[in-house]
Amino acid sequence: MNTLTEPRKWEAYFWPTLTAALFLALWYFSVAWTKTNIFPSPREVVRGMAELVRQHALWGDIVDSLRRVAIGFGTAAVLGIPIGLTLGWYPAADQVVNPVMQLLRPISPIAWIPVAIIFFGVGDKAAIFLIFMGAYFPIVVACASGVTNVPAMYRRAGHNFGLTPVQVLARVVFPAALPRILMGLRIALGIAWLVVVAAEMIAVDSGLGYLVIDSRNSGKRYDLVVAAMLMIGVIGLILDTAFRSLEKIQSVRWGFRNES
Amino acid sequence: MTLIEPMEVAVKAKLCVEQVGMVFERDGKSTHVLENIDLEVGDGEFVCLLGPSGCGKTTLLNAMAGFLAPTSGTIRVDGEPVRRPDPRRIFVFQERGVFPWLTVEGNIEFGLFKLTRAERAARVAQYIRMVGLKGFEKSYPHDLSGGMKQRLEVARALAVNPDMLFLDEPFGALDSITRLIMRGELLRIWEAERKTIVFVTHDIDEAVQLADRVVVMSARPATIQQIVPIDIAHPRDISSARYLELRDGIFKQIGLAHRI
Amino acid sequence: MSPGSARGEGGEEQRPAVSTGPVHDSHAATMNWRVQWRPLAFIAFLLVLWHYGVKHEPSHLLPGPWGVVGGLVDLLHHGLLLKYVVASLYRVTWGFVLAVVTAIPLGLAAGWYRRAEMALNPIVQLLRPISPLAWIPIAILWFGVGDLAAIFLIYLGCFFPLMLTAMGAVENVPSVYIRAGRNFGLSQSEVIWRVVYPAVIPQLIVGLRITLGIAWLVVVAAEMIAVDSGLGFLIVDARNAGNRYDLVVAGMVAIGVIGLLLDLGMRSLEKAQSFRWGYTEDEA
Repeated sequence: MNTLTEPRKWEAYFWPTLTAALFLALWYFSVAWTKTNIFPSPREVVRGMAELVRQHALWGDIVDSLRRVAIGFGTAAVLGIPIGLTLGWYPAADQVVNPVMQLLRPISPIAWIPVAIIFFGVGDKAAIFLIFMGAYFPIVVACASGVTNVPAMYRRAGHNFGLTPVQVLARVVFPAALPRILMGLRIALGIAWLVVVAAEMIAVDSGLGYLVIDSRNSGKRYDLVVAAMLMIGVIGLILDTAFRSLEKIQSVRWGFRNES
Repeated sequence: MTLIEPMEVAVKAKLCVEQVGMVFERDGKSTHVLENIDLEVGDGEFVCLLGPSGCGKTTLLNAMAGFLAPTSGTIRVDGEPVRRPDPRRIFVFQERGVFPWLTVEGNIEFGLFKLTRAERAARVAQYIRMVGLKGFEKSYPHDLSGGMKQRLEVARALAVNPDMLFLDEPFGALDSITRLIMRGELLRIWEAERKTIVFVTHDIDEAVQLADRVVVMSARPATIQQIVPIDIAHPRDISSARYLELRDGIFKQIGLAHRI
Repeated sequence: MSPGSARGEGGEEQRPAVSTGPVHDSHAATMNWRVQWRPLAFIAFLLVLWHYGVKHEPSHLLPGPWGVVGGLVDLLHHGLLLKYVVASLYRVTWGFVLAVVTAIPLGLAAGWYRRAEMALNPIVQLLRPISPLAWIPIAILWFGVGDLAAIFLIYLGCFFPLMLTAMGAVENVPSVYIRAGRNFGLSQSEVIWRVVYPAVIPQLIVGLRITLGIAWLVVVAAEMIAVDSGLGFLIVDARNAGNRYDLVVAGMVAIGVIGLLLDLGMRSLEKAQSFRWGYTEDEA
């Protein structure tokens, strides 16, 4: 950070408001000047949002998207955390499994769509499977690297106090790896939110992703498209913020401080 | 210069190091770290291992604590060969060994899992008082100063009532004033509890101030050059003629003219 | 002993158990090749499992490993594989490079000037969690079905993570470095060029690698919806035009392999000597 003069209090409100205003103005006038009938102005988006809320369709879509993310991400966490911890704990196992994971990991979860449809048909389960595929590998990798990066000193201290290997894992390695695990979970949740939207655009007929593509396909209602996008942004932000608040818990906060 | 002959250990030997050698193999190159180390440490004795950086003092200490197996020779405690770390012999790292995810209380309690709740609470209270961390029971390590963390780690070690403490440059990361205070504290604790202490340092003054005997080690491969008994009663006057004589003797032994 | 050398010695043993101790290498060398074959054996095991597993799959649509090899050969034969790989990489390159040249300077500036951060942060935080794929309708509206739409989506997917990485990296530069720079009489722009920039490089490279992974994820999805070439299109097309699942899985394999290569390429950058300090620092 460079500036010697600390910004004043009012500036914390002034600058964000200014950019927001500039952004909205730019949007409004671009729409006005190009005289487009298709792309909505900010006011039309607000109206679209109101329409979605009134029709109650929005709540159903939000609940559908969140349910899929919760199940897919939850399953990935429940399966991925123990496996990741095991791989970190036994380097020999990691050495065997790692090449396979490295090959599967870069396959975009979206690319699994046709396979998901064979296994699960078009519907919830296919979408959940895709979210699982997107979230699983980041979680496993984060847990494994969390464990391997636990300073040897901590493990030694655990052994020194006479802990059994299981106790060392539960009382030393897991808490020491927890900050990295949480970081991995947060990244995985972000990916899950990205994947659910894509999956809903292709593989199911409800949810916010479907709302986006459906609003476009049935009558070019771009005001609804943008309103749905904003909802996706707002919910994604809420999910991320909620997860970040976990990082403030005392017993993991040490792992997240980056100021000297 | 008076060369001081190693004195016969009057008390019965607690720790016996016999003909210990250590060779590390890495990338096809073998490094001889320790050679022909013979050392006896008496019960309740305070011994300093003194030597230049990188000479292998820490390796020897790790072997004594059971974290490393010597390539040749044996290490015995109370006549039993050392095979693994044991809660009767606690290794104290620099203050980096405290667990950042536990409170002060939680850290001290760490090794006490075999005791009842009431015993644990009593033990924790006792050692918090002893190391002067009263009022910080619920604090996390990152809110403590370096000296406080160091005292916390010593308290965690003492709380399990070990026979021996291995201290690896415990005060190396502290500022010089705190370091002086901590030396006094350590001596106070040692006199109260009479643990056998093996203390690694590269600071000649520190060694002469603390130890009953100073073990001077050569550069790699480390051998014992000389064992200097410090025949000054505690509390030591660090400007006395005898103190300076002993200190200068070691300076010469290491090959440093005591002039700048 | 310095902490550095203590660390070196501590690192000699991998596991805390005493039995391992210093390595007895003569034994280890003969073990080595067996250990190296284990992952291959595991892959072979999975392939066999796959081979027999698909026979029990009710729809009989899924190909076995040989079917996929056949699919890959088929694609190569028709020149489609190369064409689609090039198409996908072309889009990723453009989207990624455009994002790098715009997001990183902006992020660096926002990290350097508190007021710029105040101004940009809220809007970035709001736009960032909008899945880049949700922009598909808008991309098609603005750019039509084609390369530009896909590039736009990849650009969006890369822009925000890169900008936030750059911002965070500048904020994490220890203030002592900057003070040292000032102390030696460097001007503001010299401080940025000679102190801040080299100091943020390691973090930036990690960010670049992660972002390239996102770009690869987005391009596949974008090609499934918004264009009619590329590996993503191949997957959807092979399925829709006659359930050629051997081609679908062949496409997935190609996606995996190229993704892996991209990741390895970025990792080799991380290993470049002059950036190394940033990754070795936090060993304990």
